[in-house]
Amino acid sequence: MNKTLRILCWVLIGGLGAVAVGAIALHRGEPINALWLVAAATCCYALGYRFYSRFIATKILALDGLRATPAERMENGRDFLVTNKWVVFGHHFAAIAGPGPLVGPVLAAQCGYLPGTLWVLAGAVFAGCVQDFVILLFSVRRDGKSLTEMAKDEVGVIGGFVAYVAVIAILIILLGVAALIVVNALKASPWGTFTIAMTMPIALLMGVYLRRIRPGKVLEVSALGFVLVMVAIWGGQYVSQNAALAQVFTFSAPTLAILIMVYGFAASALPVWLLLAPRDYLSTFVKLGTIALLGIGIVALHPTLNMPALTRFVDGTGPVFAGKIFPFAFITIACGAISGFHALISSGTTPKLIARETETRMVGYGAMMAESAVAVMAIIAASVMQPGVYFAINSPAGIVGQAPVTAAATISSWGFPVTTAQMQALAHAVGEQTLYNRTGGAPAFAVGMAHIFSHTLGGETLMALWYHFAIMFEALFILTILDAGTRVARFMVQDALGHLYRPLGRTSWYPSILATSALIVAAWGYFLWQGVKDPLGGINSLWPLFGISNQLLATVALCVATTIIVKMHRAKYASVTLVPLAWLVAVTFTASWHKMFDPNPRVGFLAQARVLAAAPGPMTSATARVIFNNRLDAAVTGILVVMVTLVLVESARQWRGILSGAREARIKESPFVRTRLAEERG
Amino acid sequence: MKVRNAICYFARTMLAALREIFDEAAYTRFLNRTGMLSSGEAYAAFRREFEEGKARRPKCC
Repeated sequence: MNKTLRILCWVLIGGLGAVAVGAIALHRGEPINALWLVAAATCCYALGYRFYSRFIATKILALDGLRATPAERMENGRDFLVTNKWVVFGHHFAAIAGPGPLVGPVLAAQCGYLPGTLWVLAGAVFAGCVQDFVILLFSVRRDGKSLTEMAKDEVGVIGGFVAYVAVIAILIILLGVAALIVVNALKASPWGTFTIAMTMPIALLMGVYLRRIRPGKVLEVSALGFVLVMVAIWGGQYVSQNAALAQVFTFSAPTLAILIMVYGFAASALPVWLLLAPRDYLSTFVKLGTIALLGIGIVALHPTLNMPALTRFVDGTGPVFAGKIFPFAFITIACGAISGFHALISSGTTPKLIARETETRMVGYGAMMAESAVAVMAIIAASVMQPGVYFAINSPAGIVGQAPVTAAATISSWGFPVTTAQMQALAHAVGEQTLYNRTGGAPAFAVGMAHIFSHTLGGETLMALWYHFAIMFEALFILTILDAGTRVARFMVQDALGHLYRPLGRTSWYPSILATSALIVAAWGYFLWQGVKDPLGGINSLWPLFGISNQLLATVALCVATTIIVKMHRAKYASVTLVPLAWLVAVTFTASWHKMFDPNPRVGFLAQARVLAAAPGPMTSATARVIFNNRLDAAVTGILVVMVTLVLVESARQWRGILSGAREARIKESPFVRTRLAEERG
Repeated sequence: MKVRNAICYFARTMLAALREIFDEAAYTRFLNRTGMLSSGEAYAAFRREFEEGKARRPKCC
C-alpha cells in the first residue's frame, strides 16, 4: 500500500473513531445501537496500537530485534522456550483474561454505559496496555524476573517487600470476592448448582481419559468435557423441575460458602491434579469459546442498549456500589482498563517464551487490548437489559427490600420502571425461582449474555439454557481461579516462612502444606463469610476493596516502570508511565480515603461501624461482627495505602537522585547478547 | 493460492496456540527431552514435573 493511501486509511479510522466516540458520549434520550461501542473500541485500539505503542516501542524502549531474549539464551524446553508470537499472544491472553473484565463493567453499568466505556477505552490504551507492555519488556531484559524481584532490584528493598505483601493481599481479597460472586450466583439455584457439581465427575472422567486412554490429548478431552458439560446444563432443568432433586441441590448462601472453603482447602492441600488439571483445561476451553461466541453474537445481533448513557447514580447513591463516579467507577472497573495483577503475568511465564524483543509490543500491548474488548462486551451485555431489570438483579435486599413488590416499587421510584410480573416472567424464562437481589454481577451478565445468545442462536426457548451456560462458565472460571490462587498464595507464604523455619518452606512437607493452606483459606474465607453475612450484599464493601488493592498493585508496577525509564535516561518520555501512575494514585488514594473516612455509612467503613454501634437497644453478636468487619476493612485499606506510599516515596527519591546527578543510574539488565535467530530467519 | 496459504498459516498458528495453551506442546517437549514414549506413566511423570512449576503461576482476575 502506498504512503498516501496508508495515511488516508488512518485518517478514515481516526474520523470514524471520533464519530463513534462522539455518538456514544453525546447521544441522549434514545437508546443507541451496540455497534457504536464496537466501532469506537475497534478504532481506538487500532490507533493506540499503531501510533502510541509504536512511539513507546521506538522512542522509549528502543526494542532491539537483534538482542537475544531469555527464551533463546536460557532455553531448557520447560520454562524458557522460543515460541511463535501468536502462540505467546494466545497463551498470555488466556492467562490475563479472568472474571474481572466481565464483572467490573457490569457493576459499573449502574452509572450508565458511558463512564465505563470511556474508562475502558482510555484506560486500556493509555494505562493498562502500556503497563503490560513495559513490564513485559523489562522482565524480558532481566531474564524473566518477577515484578517483586524487579521492584527490589530497581526501586529498593521496600519496593520488593511491598510488592510481595500487595500480591498476597490482593490474592486474598480477590479470592474472597470471587467466591462471593459464585455464592450469589448459585444460592437457591438447583440448576446452577447441579451443573457445577457435575463438572467434578466430568473432570475426573477427563483425568482418567488423559491418564489411561489417550495420554496428553488435552484438546480432544476438553472438547469431550465441553459436550458433557452441555449435557449437564440441559439435564439441570429436569433437576430444578423435580421437587426431591431440586431440594438436594438447593443451598443457602452460608452453606455454599462453607462448601467452597472446603473445596479451596482440598484443592490446595491434596494431590488432586486428576480433578484440577482437567477442570482447568475445561475452564479455559469454555472461556475462550464463550468470549469468541459473545463477540460474534454482539456483531451478528447488534443489540440496542436500553441502559441510558448516564444514570442518576453518578451522584454516588447507587444501589450496586455506593460512592461517586470519581473515584469509584475507576476502581470498580479494573481488569478491563488497567490491572496490577497483569504485571504479575507479564513478569511470570510470558517473558520466558518471547522469541524477539520486538514481539513484546504485540503480546503485551495487544493482549491487553483484547482483554479490554472483553470488558466492552460485558458493558454491552449489561446494557441490553432494561435498566429496571438490571437494578432488580443487582440491588441488595438491604436497599430495595426483600419482598418482590417492595423491590419493584423502590426501583420504579428511581425512574427505572420494573414490575413483579416482568421479573417473574424473566426468572421463569431463565429457569430460576427469582432473580431479585442476585448481587455480584455474574447473574446480570448471564441474563445479558443469554439475551444476546438467545436472539442469535435458538430463540427464546433456549434462554434458560444460555443463562445457565453463562452461570456455569463464570462459576467454573472462578472456581479454577480459587484453587490456583490458593495454591499460589500458599507457595508464597511457604517461601516466606521458610526463612524463619526451613521445613516450613518445603512444598512437599505435609504439616506445612496443611498449615499454610488452612491459613490462606481462612484468610479469604473470612472475607467471603463477611460478604455472605453482610446485609448490603457484600459486594458493596468487598469489590471496592479488591479494586483498590488491584490498582495499588498497578501503582507499584508503574513505579517500577518509571524508575527503569528514568534510569535508561529517557526521563523526558517518562510521562507515558508517570501520567497513568498519577491518575491511579489520585483514584486509589481518594477511593481509599472515602472507604475509610467518608461520613456516609454506605460508603465509609468507619462511618458504618459508628452508626451500628450507636444504634439504640442491645447489640447482637451479628451487629458486633459487622462493626468489627467494617473496622477490619478500614484497617486493611489503610495498611495497603501506607505501603504503596512507601514505594512511591522510595521511587521519587530514586528519580530525584538520578535526575540531579546525586545517584548513579544503574539498571540491572542482563548483558546484550546478539541473537542467532536473526541469521536463521534471514 | 495466496489466500489458501494464508488460511493454512492461520489454521496452523491457531492450532499451535491451542496446543500451547492446553499444554499438549509442553507434553510433546517433555517426551522429546526425556526420550519416553507417550503412555499413562509418561503423562503422570509430565504432570508431576509440570505441576511444580505451573502451581506457582498466578492466574488473573
